[in-house]
Amino acid sequence: MSLTDGDMATIWLTLRLATTVTILLLIFATPVAWWLATTKSWFKGPMSAIVALPLVLPPTVLGFYLLLAMGPNGAIGQFTQALGLGTLPFTFWGLVVASMVYSLPFVVQPIQNSIEAIGNRPLEAAATLGAGPIDRFFTVVLPLAKPGFMTATILGFAHTVGEFGIVLMIGGSIPGETRVVSVQIYDHVEALEYAQAHALSGVMIVFSFVVLLMLYTFQRKRKAVGMTYGR
Amino acid sequence: MADNMEEIKKATTSAQGIQARFQLGFGQSAKTHFELDVEIAIPGQGITAIFGESGSGKTSLLRCIAGLEKNACGCLHVNGELWQDAAVFVPTHKRSLGYVFQEASLFEYLTAMGNLRYAIKRNNQTTNPELLEQVIGVMGIAGILSQLPEALSGGERQRVAIARALLSQPKLLLMDEPLASLDTARKLEILPYLERLRNSFNIPILYVSHAVDEIVRLADHAVIMAQGKVIAQGGITQLFSRADLSLGVSNEVGAILECKVMERDKQWHLMRVAFNGGELWLPNVENKQNTTQRIRVLASDVSLTLTPHTDSSILNVLSGEIQEIINDQDPAMSLVRLKVGESYLLARLTQKSLQKLALTLGKSVWIQIKSAAIVR
Repeated sequence: MSLTDGDMATIWLTLRLATTVTILLLIFATPVAWWLATTKSWFKGPMSAIVALPLVLPPTVLGFYLLLAMGPNGAIGQFTQALGLGTLPFTFWGLVVASMVYSLPFVVQPIQNSIEAIGNRPLEAAATLGAGPIDRFFTVVLPLAKPGFMTATILGFAHTVGEFGIVLMIGGSIPGETRVVSVQIYDHVEALEYAQAHALSGVMIVFSFVVLLMLYTFQRKRKAVGMTYGR
Repeated sequence: MADNMEEIKKATTSAQGIQARFQLGFGQSAKTHFELDVEIAIPGQGITAIFGESGSGKTSLLRCIAGLEKNACGCLHVNGELWQDAAVFVPTHKRSLGYVFQEASLFEYLTAMGNLRYAIKRNNQTTNPELLEQVIGVMGIAGILSQLPEALSGGERQRVAIARALLSQPKLLLMDEPLASLDTARKLEILPYLERLRNSFNIPILYVSHAVDEIVRLADHAVIMAQGKVIAQGGITQLFSRADLSLGVSNEVGAILECKVMERDKQWHLMRVAFNGGELWLPNVENKQNTTQRIRVLASDVSLTLTPHTDSSILNVLSGEIQEIINDQDPAMSLVRLKVGESYLLARLTQKSLQKLALTLGKSVWIQIKSAAIVR
């Protein structure tokens, strides 16, 4: 029971995909989370629902619409073609875009919750000390919302590693380009290569356990620190 | 009030002092609706107390001045600088102010020194090391600079917060009941630091409080607020000698006199102090640098006689004239305002005595003062 070169390639591809998606999501989801945490607009409800949609929709539904949108006649497809990038389905970057949609709530929600927990006071205190809005974001929001950002990073990464349905819809199974671990396991099983499927599945179980262990250990530590507030 | 306003405006020329006018409404329903509608003029130095009961709008006024209430309309000049009017709204971070909140509101992830540095980095001025040293010294926080806020006591946290506000080198320091979240022992611990702050730094301070004892000890001027409006403003001695304001609960009502120490009597441990209208003997306090003392005479410690009594144990007897008689909340009592030379005293008497002695406006009386407290 050992991993073949093909298996290793899928592992590296999966890690590359998850890393790319996590970094991009942190950049993209932070303003969304900030807006959701601070807005009083009527649009907050609809926006929250849109962000949360991937939590409830079957990945095939998301994948189907993304496939249409990124296809030659879809809005995203037209746009990428106009930029001279061709179409995204069945490419690595197509997978990145699809994964970002799929993992969005897992990154937005922890950040949003931790920003909401900060409240106004630290920001007001910073403003009275001469800190402008951007300064306040980096010197007050980021340090205070750090647990939220940590949780968002871990969840976003792990959730991207664990996706299957949407990859199959958007990416197919092109070695080195879109064939991630979950798809490779599926292919092994289809080909009745159970030993290979076992090996890769085992890796996934260990990985998932370690990630969740990290998450909960980290959250418990934060809570203990939070308890010693004031005296 | 109107003439006071003129007086203060004259004293605070356009280049000096703080002139503010604000309107701000909260709450939609009639039940929760609160409206702030104030106009104040404050001298550009010393401590000005903003006094009033909870919900009178003190904190809202302070937040308006800091620019933390974005919906407030009005105008604000601070020492000749325009901070707000119909067309201009200088955002909080561009106003040269320091703000001390009720809770210390330190950045929990920075040490005490880190909190001070946060202010120093952003004050747009050069902070010479002597100032830093002076602030740390005055606030007595040298020993705790490396600690995180969570390791500090409530009083220490508040002292760090005050030091942090000072190090932004503000033109105006706003303090919102900095002692309210502390117990009595901690309050007594911090009050001397606030007095040193007043004496060491030449920054005008707006000090919100509902505690009469803090105000008479710290403030030079006061703005009295009720239900979102200013009901009186002016010098502290003048305000506290008014019978109609009844500042604080009835047993706290009392006049303030600024006195000069004339003589110290070693034999009887007394000192003779003079105010604008008479002299008093008080228990001697050995306080070499203070040649002026602020004395508070509670209305309940003052009694009146029609003839001078020589067979009384009361040491301080003054002659004065009845200026005003006001009914107390307690139907048995009344509050009498007395003119003594150029100063005023208040006496809390029963209605019965008032009638028995036939006390009326303009009548000359002898004033017996049972005790007087040195508040500063």
